[in-house]
Amino acid sequence: MRFAEVAVAAVARTGTEVVPARAQMATTLGFHIILACLGIAFPTIVLLAEFIGLRRSNEVALVLARRWSLAMGVLIAVGAVTGTVLSFEMGLLWPGLMRRYGAVLGLPFGIEGLFFFLEAIFTAIYLYGWRRLPGWAHFWTGVPIAVSGIFGAMSVIAVNSWMNQPGGFTASGGRITSVNTWEVFFNHAAIYEMPHMILAAYMVTGFAVAGVYAAGILRGRRDRYHYTGFALGFVPAAVLTPFQIFVGDTAARAIAHDQPVKFASMEYVARTSRQVPEWLGGVYANGHIYAGLKIPYMDSLLVGFGPGTKVTGWDTVPPAERPPVVWLIHLCFDVMVGLGFLLLLAGLWAAYEWWRRRRLPPQRLFWLLGAVSGVAAIVAMECGWVVTEVGRQPWVVYRLLTTAAAATTNGGVIASLTLVIALYAVLGAATILILRLLARRWRRTGAQEATVPYGPPPGPQDQAAGRTRL
Amino acid sequence: MTAAAAVGAILLASVTLYAILGGADFGGGLWDLLAGGDQRGRAPRRLIDESITPVWEANHVWLVFDLVIFWTAFPHAFAAVMTAAALPLWLALLGIVLRGTGFAFRKEVSRLSLQRFLGATFAFSSLLTPFFMGTVIGAIATGSIPASASHASQPAWTSPTSLLAGFLFVGACGYLAAVYLTGEAARRGDRRMQAYFTRRVQAAGIVAGALSLATLAELHTSNPALFSRLTGRALPLVIIAGLCGLAVLALLTAAWHNRVLVTGARVIAALGVAAVIWGWGVAQYPVLLPGTAVTLTHAGAPHTTLVAIIWLFVAAVLLVGPAFALLFALQGRRLLYADDAGLALAGVPGGATRPPAGRPSQQPASGSPGSGSRAVVLGLVAAGAIVRALIRRRDG
Repeated sequence: MRFAEVAVAAVARTGTEVVPARAQMATTLGFHIILACLGIAFPTIVLLAEFIGLRRSNEVALVLARRWSLAMGVLIAVGAVTGTVLSFEMGLLWPGLMRRYGAVLGLPFGIEGLFFFLEAIFTAIYLYGWRRLPGWAHFWTGVPIAVSGIFGAMSVIAVNSWMNQPGGFTASGGRITSVNTWEVFFNHAAIYEMPHMILAAYMVTGFAVAGVYAAGILRGRRDRYHYTGFALGFVPAAVLTPFQIFVGDTAARAIAHDQPVKFASMEYVARTSRQVPEWLGGVYANGHIYAGLKIPYMDSLLVGFGPGTKVTGWDTVPPAERPPVVWLIHLCFDVMVGLGFLLLLAGLWAAYEWWRRRRLPPQRLFWLLGAVSGVAAIVAMECGWVVTEVGRQPWVVYRLLTTAAAATTNGGVIASLTLVIALYAVLGAATILILRLLARRWRRTGAQEATVPYGPPPGPQDQAAGRTRL
Repeated sequence: MTAAAAVGAILLASVTLYAILGGADFGGGLWDLLAGGDQRGRAPRRLIDESITPVWEANHVWLVFDLVIFWTAFPHAFAAVMTAAALPLWLALLGIVLRGTGFAFRKEVSRLSLQRFLGATFAFSSLLTPFFMGTVIGAIATGSIPASASHASQPAWTSPTSLLAGFLFVGACGYLAAVYLTGEAARRGDRRMQAYFTRRVQAAGIVAGALSLATLAELHTSNPALFSRLTGRALPLVIIAGLCGLAVLALLTAAWHNRVLVTGARVIAALGVAAVIWGWGVAQYPVLLPGTAVTLTHAGAPHTTLVAIIWLFVAAVLLVGPAFALLFALQGRRLLYADDAGLALAGVPGGATRPPAGRPSQQPASGSPGSGSRAVVLGLVAAGAIVRALIRRRDG
């Protein structure tokens, strides 16, 4: 009801293209962000497997590393094209943003370009260098992928955090007159957005990998191959989860200060006041919160460690400057935090079992939790992204440029949106199918029969096969 | 040289690198498309697949880099182009998505029908991107992009010059790919494929040359100022482009047995394409959008941004240059190729082997000798028809 009103009002106010343009950006970015996370963190996990494989002569880990690198190749290829879609959309959907601020936010993107180059080049070397390069040399060709993944992510997040906390430039009469690259890159929000997103990428990837093998274990495939695959994903992700919760908490407190209206939407703070309660769940409509659980003073406590802390409400800005769908922001925030704690719980459970009994929990519930942990991490990450993007509305560059003013004036975004939704549905399904195809093929071969990349030297027959395939 | 001119040169250099590296990967799609049925097309498809596989993603990054430099250094021109030429850019983007995913997925499937379908997706979409990119460049060159474009303009990119530029881009990509593949075949000592792709170099070279001349002739009417500069101060580059084209044809035909010269022809072909791009750049300098007041210095970015881009490019040369050199060196020594791991682990002793159907395998391909010449004829007929139609349209 409220959403419909807001949507209609937005259309009436700004012309027809901003809503479909936002929907298209949300679709393409929401899709790409999963692949981006895998692109950032998967190489590290593959390298971890290869490291353990080479160091301890662990054949299972080496087989996993080799197989994962194939899956990584597919995912990075899809990520490369969906990322290109976003580059085009910056201009095709948001020419107003690029015209005004292209000279500022382009610089971090340019830096990202460098790391994207290194990532693509070394991915190719790593992927197609198995067995042709010597073991440790091959390992080291993978390290630049992981490193450039992190720096590339930092660069892209620099742009997003700059949109939340713009700075580092001077303007006069609507034209940018000077830019300080360093201040643009390390803007005020970058300090918390960068670690939050990079940790999220590692959690998404780690839990997604773990989820695949936990599902296999639940189906009775209780072998060393599956336990190793699970541990290689689960352990790094679970170790990083508490850090992520700490970073997220810090970020929320910073947002309460930097973007009080976004924070007010996250926590249902309608009026600026002290002793603000925390709402868990609940839908805000017509000035009321329905079906929410109220914890008195909690929000003030979280923001300033005391019940008397004043929290800014959204009443401080006129309605036109408030985000459109408050309940969506709040519920997404709650889901993200809730899932974060669920994943923390899974990690603590495993850590306890390991501490007391040197084993992973045998309970079926733990493996169920493990199997859904990948989806949970992805959902949490998407929710967090909704919070930061929708919470910034109606601004595209906070307090400087509205999303409506940035949107294209071209008609026909509905057409491209329709095509994009159809195309991405096919693309997503195809990617999952290809990964399942690979998994099925590997299962047929079995871990023991598979050629071990740097294990025993390949037999003469194998070498011959390799040579004739040149 | 001012910072703006330097950044203009950087943008043109990045575009050139995308054209001669990424363009050839699209050209590979063209030859994959024309390679014929499963049996006949097996050997060329295999060569194309093995040549593109390790490098296409890295080459593709040049496009992203080009876009970023364009919008950072010249945001006003970028916004105008992205608005006025929105439709062909969307279609080029569609080509990029389908090409990349079609190519990446084709490797991983083993069923023949799926491989055919994904291969066709890869091959057809390889035509979309260069064609529509070409029409956008054509629209810019003819001065059809207004400085403050607020709406997409279909006439901008459907003018004869723009369409010719689109076909020229497809032809040039095919030409580059054929030259590179001839060199690759020569390096592998595969005489049959060397002959196969030499014929395609000849066909594509003639088509691309004819299309270049036709585009130039069209510019005479659609943008006389640009035409006079192309035949004026940019004339040396135009001549170099023509000479490079002739030299490649001569080398591949006459120096058939000299492996060094045949592989070296790739550099000359790339130089020829680069000369065309730089000829356009020199002719248009310092105007960014012909027909408007948008020049390199008046496109919306402050001096500090331009200086930052120069540093960025220096960093790119220092960081990315050696990495590319390593990639190409490893590829040149054939240390990089997709092996059996993805394809049912074929060839593993004792493994449940299933030969990857339809994909390049050890089987000697039975190519019919007439296929190459038929493609040549087809290509020539198509190009001739386009040129004739355009001439008739101008006369009428």
